[in-house]
Amino acid sequence: MNKIWIITKRELRSFFDSLMAYVMIVLFLGFSGFFTWIFGSDIFLVGQVSLQSFFGISFWTLFFFIPAITMGLLAEEQKSGTIELLITKPVSDWQIIAGKFLAAFLLICITLALTLPYYVSVANIGKIDHGAVVMGYLGLLFMSASYISIGLFASSITSNQIVALLVALFIGIFFQLIFDLLSSSAGGWFAALLGYLSLSTHYESMARGVIDSKDILYFLSIIFAGLLGTELVMSKRNRAN
Amino acid sequence: MEVSVENLTKSYGFQKAVDGISFKVNTGEIVGFLGPNGAGKTTTMKIITCFMGPNEGDVKVGGISVQTNPEEVKKHIGYLPETNPLYKEMPVIDYLQFVAEIQGVPKGKIRGRILEIVSICGLKGEKYKKISELSKGYQQRVGLAQALIHDPEVLILDEPTSGLDPNQIVEIRELIKKIGREKTVILSSHILAEVEATCDRILIISQGKLVADSTASTLRKQAQDKEIIKVTIEDGDRNEIFRCLQSIETVELVDLLPDYTQAFEIQSKASMNSRRAIFKLCVEKGWSLTEMTPVERKLEDVFRDLTIPN
Repeated sequence: MNKIWIITKRELRSFFDSLMAYVMIVLFLGFSGFFTWIFGSDIFLVGQVSLQSFFGISFWTLFFFIPAITMGLLAEEQKSGTIELLITKPVSDWQIIAGKFLAAFLLICITLALTLPYYVSVANIGKIDHGAVVMGYLGLLFMSASYISIGLFASSITSNQIVALLVALFIGIFFQLIFDLLSSSAGGWFAALLGYLSLSTHYESMARGVIDSKDILYFLSIIFAGLLGTELVMSKRNRAN
Repeated sequence: MEVSVENLTKSYGFQKAVDGISFKVNTGEIVGFLGPNGAGKTTTMKIITCFMGPNEGDVKVGGISVQTNPEEVKKHIGYLPETNPLYKEMPVIDYLQFVAEIQGVPKGKIRGRILEIVSICGLKGEKYKKISELSKGYQQRVGLAQALIHDPEVLILDEPTSGLDPNQIVEIRELIKKIGREKTVILSSHILAEVEATCDRILIISQGKLVADSTASTLRKQAQDKEIIKVTIEDGDRNEIFRCLQSIETVELVDLLPDYTQAFEIQSKASMNSRRAIFKLCVEKGWSLTEMTPVERKLEDVFRDLTIPN
C-alpha cells in the first residue's frame, strides 16, 4: 500500500508540475460552469433546484478529458525508458498500475471537489434533493474510474501518447454512445445486452438518484477489466515467445 | 551476496539473444561483462534485475530466484540501465527522494542518505536543478546515485561511464572500485581498458554465448603465449633471408611485411623464443640486424579472436 502511494504521489506531482492538472481543472470548470449556469439548458432555464444539467455536461467533458490525463501514464514511461527503472525497483506490476490509476483518480476527485460551490449555490436557491446530488457525484466518480482504467490500458499498449489518447477515446465511445444507440435499434436479448453494456445507461440511473448494486457491479467490472488488461500487457515481457 | 546465473536463455522471436550462459559472481568481486554490440550483455543484465523473465534457466541473487521472488531480489540490486532513463522533469533531490522511498530506505534515514550519495557522486552543486537541465555526464551521475541510494548488495551497471569526460571516468572508476570491495558488482562495457582497470574478472560473451571467463592478466598471458617479433634485416637478399628465418627451429611463421622491403614479422612456436637464434643467424650470414621489436598482443586482439566468428 505504501509503495502504491509513493508512485501515486510522484505521478500527481508530475501532473501539477507539467501544468496538465491546471489546464484540466480550468478547462473542466470552464466548460461545465458555462453550460451549467450560462448557456443551453442551464439551471435557470430548467427552473429546478437540481444539478442535473451539471451532471449531464460533466459526463461528456470528463469523457474527453480523462484520456488526455491517462494517455501519458504508461506510454511516456515506455518511450523514455523510465518504465525499466520503475519495474526494477521492488514493486510489483500491480502496485505500479494501482499507483498510476489512483493518481489519475485523485486528480479527478480534486477537480470535482472544486465544483462543490455549485452545489452550495444551488442549495441556497431552494430545496435541493441532497441524495440525488451525492448519487450524481458518485456516478461521476464511478464513470471517471472506468474511463481511467480504459485509458490506462490504452496507454500500456503503445509508447505514443497520441495513439494512447485515440485508442482510449475509441474504446470509450462504445461505452459512452454506440452501445446505447445500437441497443435502441436492435431487438430482443441483443438489445438488452447492449443496453447493459452501455455506460451511459448505468450513469443516468445513478445520476437520477437511484442506487442499484447492478450499476456498481457494472462499473467495478469495467475498472477491473481495464486494470487486468494493463497488467497482461505489462507482464508480456516476462513470457516466453 | 553472490549472483549465480544458471544456463540462461532468452530469445526475441526466433533470435536467441542469450544462449545458455552460466557464471557465478562472488561478494567483493567486480566482474566486467564484455562483448560486441548485440552480444546479449544488456539482455542478461535485464534478466538479473528482474526486468524480463528468462525463457530457460534461472538467476539466483543471494540464493533467491528472480522467477519465484523478484520483489525480494530487487531490494538488493542497484541498477543503472544502459540508456540511463530518468524522470527528467524532476529536480535531482526530489528524484533521489522518490527512489529512496520506493527502495524502502527507512524514512528517518532518507535525508542523510541522499546528502551522502549526492556528495559521493559529485552532485552537490546540482541537487536543486531539474534533471533535464543537467549535462549528459551529470545525468549519468544521477543515474549512478539512484542505483546506489539504498546501499545495495549487488550493483548492475550497464555501461556506467558512457558520456562522461576523462576526469569523470577516472572518478567513477575509483568509486566503483571502492564500492566493489564489499559488494558484488557486474558492469558492462566495450572499452577494454576500462574493464581491465576496474574489474577483477572478465566475462566475454559473443552471440549470446560465454566465450571467456578469466582475469585480465590470464587473458593477456594467453595472448602473449606466442611471441611475435618484428625484425628488419639489411644487406642480404630478401628471399634468402626469408628462407633462412623459416628454417629456424623455434619459428612457426614468417611474414613479409608489405610496406617494407626488408622487414619480417616472426611468430614463434608456443612458449618458445627465437630472438637469440635470429641474432646468431644474422651474425653468421653477415647481415645487419637493424630492428628487432616485440609486437605486443593486446587484450583487443584476444577480444577480436574470441568474438569474431571465422
